[in-house]
Amino acid sequence: MKFTAEVRVHYRPGTLDPQGQAVLRAIHSMGLPAVEDVRVGKSIRLTVEAADAEAARALITRLARDLLANPVLEDYGVEVHA
Amino acid sequence: MSRTAVVIFPGSNCDQDALWALGPDATPVWHQEEHLPADTAAVILPGGFAYGDYLRAGALARFSPIMADVRRAADAGMPVLGICNGFQVLCEAGMLPGALARNADIAFHCQTVSVEVTDADTAWTAGLRRGERLRLPIAHGEGRYWAPDLAGVRVAFRYAGENPNGSLESIAGVSNRAGNVVGLMPHPERAASEILGGTDGLRIRGAARAALR
Repeated sequence: MKFTAEVRVHYRPGTLDPQGQAVLRAIHSMGLPAVEDVRVGKSIRLTVEAADAEAARALITRLARDLLANPVLEDYGVEVHA
Repeated sequence: MSRTAVVIFPGSNCDQDALWALGPDATPVWHQEEHLPADTAAVILPGGFAYGDYLRAGALARFSPIMADVRRAADAGMPVLGICNGFQVLCEAGMLPGALARNADIAFHCQTVSVEVTDADTAWTAGLRRGERLRLPIAHGEGRYWAPDLAGVRVAFRYAGENPNGSLESIAGVSNRAGNVVGLMPHPERAASEILGGTDGLRIRGAARAALR
């Protein structure tokens, strides 16, 4: 079965995200002080062939941990769709 | 004769400077090679943007064919030095602890800084004195050293004075536990001529030569 997956990678909470801070300052200069925090990350979309959703998730999670994110600095989230 | 291999990745751009600074002791090695030359006694991973910094700085270079042999050589005790992007590659390859994050102020810093030698017992700082300062150029956007825990991290260099990128404890360079693998963000190969602003970088070359003997 084919599955599509999305891996989202962000700097870990508590780690300074200078891109997010720069975007936040831009938002404030638009006159929108209601926005309190911004974290900029990246999204990686993959298509995989796997026996079932569980196998697809295991594969993508391994990839996220071992390559797509650097766990020293970054957290990741994995979404898998049939 | 034993030589220092300077690995060239697609996107390396300080390889020629490193080769020039090292002179006839150095030889270029393309990343697609599977083996370092037989007479290799030390390895340098130069600065630049290996694989265009795609995904993360240094993240893809560890899959280059030559890296398996670099890792084997490092495990056997050969001196390996990562400069700037080479430091990022060594961290991403797990050959050095920690990681290099986006500079705290998001700016790309291109300036000469003072760097203090904090560990003179590594393969690349032997011959220098602990506490001595070198004037070396930096040129990076992702040099903010970060490690979740500094216990067991050998800090080889710290920024003396201003911390240009927000590095944890002003760390500019670290080594592995054995001290043979060293990475630093400053560029010693760009401080190799008086007419280009200084020769402090050659003192690290001197240390490499001492390590080769």
